[in-house]
Amino acid sequence: MQLKQTSPRNIRRPLAAATCSLLTGVSHAGGLIASGNNWKIDSALMLYAEKDRVQLAEGVLQVGKEIDDDEFVNVRMVADVLTGASPNGAIPIDSAQTFTRPSGEGTYSAAANKTPLDTSFRDLRGALNVEWDKPLSTYQRGIFSASLSSEQDYLSTGIAATFAQDLNQRNTTLTFGLSYNRDSVMPQGGVPVGLSTMPPFPATKTTTGSSKTKNVAEALFGITQVISRQSLMQLNYSWGKSNGYLTDPYKILSVLDSNLSGDLRASNPYVFEKRPDSRAYQSLYWKGVHQFANENVLNLSYRYFWDDWGIQSHTVDVRYRFDFKAHHYLQPHLRYYQQGKADFYRQVLIDGEETTLAAASADYRLGEFVTRTIGLKYGYEFKNGAEINFRMEVITQKGKDQAADAVGKLQNQQLFPNNEAYLLQAGVSLDSDILMKVLRGLFNY
Amino acid sequence: MKIRVLILACSLLLSACSLAPVKPWDRNILAQQKMQLVADPLEIYLDEHTYFSKEASSGGQGVGGGGCGCN
Repeated sequence: MQLKQTSPRNIRRPLAAATCSLLTGVSHAGGLIASGNNWKIDSALMLYAEKDRVQLAEGVLQVGKEIDDDEFVNVRMVADVLTGASPNGAIPIDSAQTFTRPSGEGTYSAAANKTPLDTSFRDLRGALNVEWDKPLSTYQRGIFSASLSSEQDYLSTGIAATFAQDLNQRNTTLTFGLSYNRDSVMPQGGVPVGLSTMPPFPATKTTTGSSKTKNVAEALFGITQVISRQSLMQLNYSWGKSNGYLTDPYKILSVLDSNLSGDLRASNPYVFEKRPDSRAYQSLYWKGVHQFANENVLNLSYRYFWDDWGIQSHTVDVRYRFDFKAHHYLQPHLRYYQQGKADFYRQVLIDGEETTLAAASADYRLGEFVTRTIGLKYGYEFKNGAEINFRMEVITQKGKDQAADAVGKLQNQQLFPNNEAYLLQAGVSLDSDILMKVLRGLFNY
Repeated sequence: MKIRVLILACSLLLSACSLAPVKPWDRNILAQQKMQLVADPLEIYLDEHTYFSKEASSGGQGVGGGGCGCN
């Protein structure tokens, strides 16, 4: 009897199955395998657009290669371009408003009863992440990574290490991770002094240098457990601490007249925001993955997050993958996020408060709101392991106006800048062997 | 609230640890790409980047990956 020759890719699949690690974010088992001279290539292009606001195009290319037995290097490259308008923190009022651009070179305006948007919002970002994933012993793995992200007014550098210990015949994995980031912000027009006034153009803001830094350290403890042949779950506890300049240099607050009529004060009615210079945060994250008898897969997660700024949030994320014949699949996605406000979140200030408060921000991201996401992904898996997929999501954010801030005529205004966004993504996964075959086919060589 | 969430999560995991271990030769389903905790790393990366720029909470799934000026 002649044995049928099996390709290396097909041999590695059951081998990977037998030794599969449960470590977070590591998925060498199944699908495409980067081995020998073969590279695994994942790519995606995302288009993100908010109604009347920001538009973003982001491309990601990730290549991975097995450089030694069960030892991998993954490189992720990201480029994104962002343009449009973003809420500057000021409230809508019943007359037009004019603001000085962050650069100090000109002005932009908001129509009456419209959320003020900074229309000078545009950026180009490039990011690189290199990851080395290596067995440290029979039952231990280490993942070491370095990252760099650069944009016109921001630079982020980071390192991280994650260690995993398999136990209980590899049915349990304990994970311990550490990361450190050092970021620099170089705002247009310099770093504004917190809670100082935004003077009307052509006067320029009071600054405290041209750049600031912040440090972020994070630690994670996790346990991943196989429940059955079809189920596994994960529980992570994370702790993080940020120190340094945590303020958004482009966000401002409106300052009202002290007569509580809801009118802006007569002179210099806008001040730059100021946040505390440290933040400690923690989270508990649970995820479960289960495959049903019909081969459909449920991926369910919940995160509880809290910090010493007073923010608490709950996030529930559900993805359910329906597998169809001939390698097609559909995956609906639902996400619900509910956030409480930071202690220093204010939608407006009353004249004089800017001199007494230690911190204040009207950034809606620090407010009380709910994000809802509904999406659908379609994917097709080729017999050789390659995949193409597309997804579309609709994201809505609805916030709560604070009764204490909605004084006088502001009770007729929508102070929280509700948002609606659309996300489109296309992705291709293949390996270098498949890519070369496709190229040879296209160019006949 | 924090304590209740922690107790519930730990109870779930501890009860799971007492289950009979799944043998390596029974892991064909667990080894499928769609059964990985992060089945599509780029999708999760893009989601995390999007929500990091729109919300005050982030992380939970792992450490590292880099920051950006979007928040």
